[in-house]
Amino acid sequence: MQNTRRKPVALATTAVLTTATLALVGACSSGGSSDSASGDDSTYTWWDPYPQHDGSSDWEQRVQQCGEDAGVTIERTAYDTTALTNQALLSAQEGTSPDVILIDNPAVSTLADTGMLTTVDELGLDTGDVDENLLAAGVVDGEAYGIPIGANTLALYYNAEILEAAGVDPASITDWASLTAALEAVTAAGHEGITFAGIGTEEGSFQFLPWFWGAGADLTQLDSPEAVAALELWKGWLDAGYAPNTVIQNSQNTTWEEFLTGNFAFVENGTWQVNSAAEAGFETGVVQLPAQDGGVAPAPTGGEFIVAPVQEDTERYETTRQIVECMTTPEGFVETANTFAYYIPPTEAGQEQLLEEQPELETWVEAVRSAKGRTSDNLGTDYPMISEALWGAVQDALSGAATPQEALETAQAEAEAATS
Amino acid sequence: MGLENFADVFASSTFPTALWNTVVFTFVSIAFQFVIGLALAVFFRSSFRLSNVLRALFLVPWLLPLIVSASTWAWMLSSENGIVNSVLGAFGVEQINWLTSPDTALIAVTIANVWLGIPFNLVILYSGLQNIPGDVYEAASLDGAGAWRQFRSITLPLLRPVSAITILLGLIYTLKVVDVIWVMTTGGPGDASTTFAVWSYREAFGTGQPDFSPAAAVGNILILVALVFGFLHLQLQRRQEAS
Repeated sequence: MQNTRRKPVALATTAVLTTATLALVGACSSGGSSDSASGDDSTYTWWDPYPQHDGSSDWEQRVQQCGEDAGVTIERTAYDTTALTNQALLSAQEGTSPDVILIDNPAVSTLADTGMLTTVDELGLDTGDVDENLLAAGVVDGEAYGIPIGANTLALYYNAEILEAAGVDPASITDWASLTAALEAVTAAGHEGITFAGIGTEEGSFQFLPWFWGAGADLTQLDSPEAVAALELWKGWLDAGYAPNTVIQNSQNTTWEEFLTGNFAFVENGTWQVNSAAEAGFETGVVQLPAQDGGVAPAPTGGEFIVAPVQEDTERYETTRQIVECMTTPEGFVETANTFAYYIPPTEAGQEQLLEEQPELETWVEAVRSAKGRTSDNLGTDYPMISEALWGAVQDALSGAATPQEALETAQAEAEAATS
Repeated sequence: MGLENFADVFASSTFPTALWNTVVFTFVSIAFQFVIGLALAVFFRSSFRLSNVLRALFLVPWLLPLIVSASTWAWMLSSENGIVNSVLGAFGVEQINWLTSPDTALIAVTIANVWLGIPFNLVILYSGLQNIPGDVYEAASLDGAGAWRQFRSITLPLLRPVSAITILLGLIYTLKVVDVIWVMTTGGPGDASTTFAVWSYREAFGTGQPDFSPAAAVGNILILVALVFGFLHLQLQRRQEAS
């Protein structure tokens, strides 16, 4: 008796629960903000990934100045880096794209792929001066979709005191063999060798790429002998105790904190730590990441591109162009570089001007010049899929779940499946 | 398009790992949370000096933001600098790579999750215990029933409805755990500690390349799993009431 009575109640409860869940899911997807871009003609919208620079910051004033020069007011909104990509995609669907977006360079091809960005030709911008290796990250099928406003990349910081005590000359580190020898010397002297970020996110691929490219490997062939050599180098360091086991889950911030403890001889880290390195409690220096057989390994470029989403009202492009140009003059680049504590200008003129002011950045300017965009080689939107397979392989090999060879073979199969 | 996403998810090499991890993570977490929570609830039933203070202290894990407790666990379990390894080291145990070895990553996040779930189980079961009249125990002890006998013949059966709801809620809470695992291991190394919820999060937000279709597909599978257990719960309850 009870059974037949209760059944409808149970079913109804389940139905209500399910509907409520679905309604919630629906509500979330339409809950995005819809601050309209194409409002009036004197207000231009600007999105960037710098929430740390608030309304009273130098950066904000700089942006406003560019607006004033173009005769308009700029309404600036800052998002977190990942949120910015999502917001940009969402706004394009709703037809409320901002006039200008500063976006992380690997995301440019993602946005361009949806057709939401104007090309630099459409906007009438000149990119002739921009270093080709840096511009490449924003090029999809021969069309450039934005201009880098600055670039950062990776190099090898060292603790000068540890190296000196262990009798290692930083200038001697020119290839993998000499680096490994240096690691052996410092660990024999009782210090920690090197730390890097092997975390299972984009950061892990970002940090692995200089070794990967430095061996001569190519992202279209993850299981090449060169790639295996690069992964075996890292794995070898772990097995020999030159690198701590924690690198498997370290982010770049964590590795930097480890380096600042003063126990580590080397850390692979980026331009953005130059200030912090200068303030460290010990003497630091920086050398280029070595390639396998000597020379500088191409490190991946980081940094934002300035892009202009497609607008219904094409008359707005003229002013947008002026705003973009204001940000991309040599003076503009240097100012951006100074605002962001060591962001290297993407043009030769800008780089020279920066070096005049701060000659100690020489290593970094060189590193940026030999750097390589992650989405270059026309990988474009395939890059994130390849990268995911790659960091998976790094994780599997370092943790011992697979040998470097096996891990990279699996990764190659995954990448092929994902990009085909 | 729609069904293709499900086909991709089922065909993915992550699927069997994630399924196994989800099952192990969920059931081991709940088993330990429940047993420890119940033991503490029974322990606190007899009030003694400072018992209220102690009981309140047990709620602390619940009060802490998950990101704080998960980060703290990650530090404690760190391979080289963690306190757990240094204590074990004092007893001659070799370094265990809790978070970075594929053999132990799942164990590590499960331990942290058990710790996080104890207060919830304690509170609900403790309040359930309050509803069992004291004279039942009194009568039992007059009849010569010892503590263990009382627990088995009075506490457990009378607590059954509350236990069922605790376990069901625990199940749903555990199935959806993302934050603890994400902060501690990001589901790694490789896929070693990836559950369905973590997998879904990773596809959507973890890669810098938002890929919502597979994320939603995995999320839907989770909802189905939760629904199945919901029905199972209703079924059990019905049978219980019928008997």
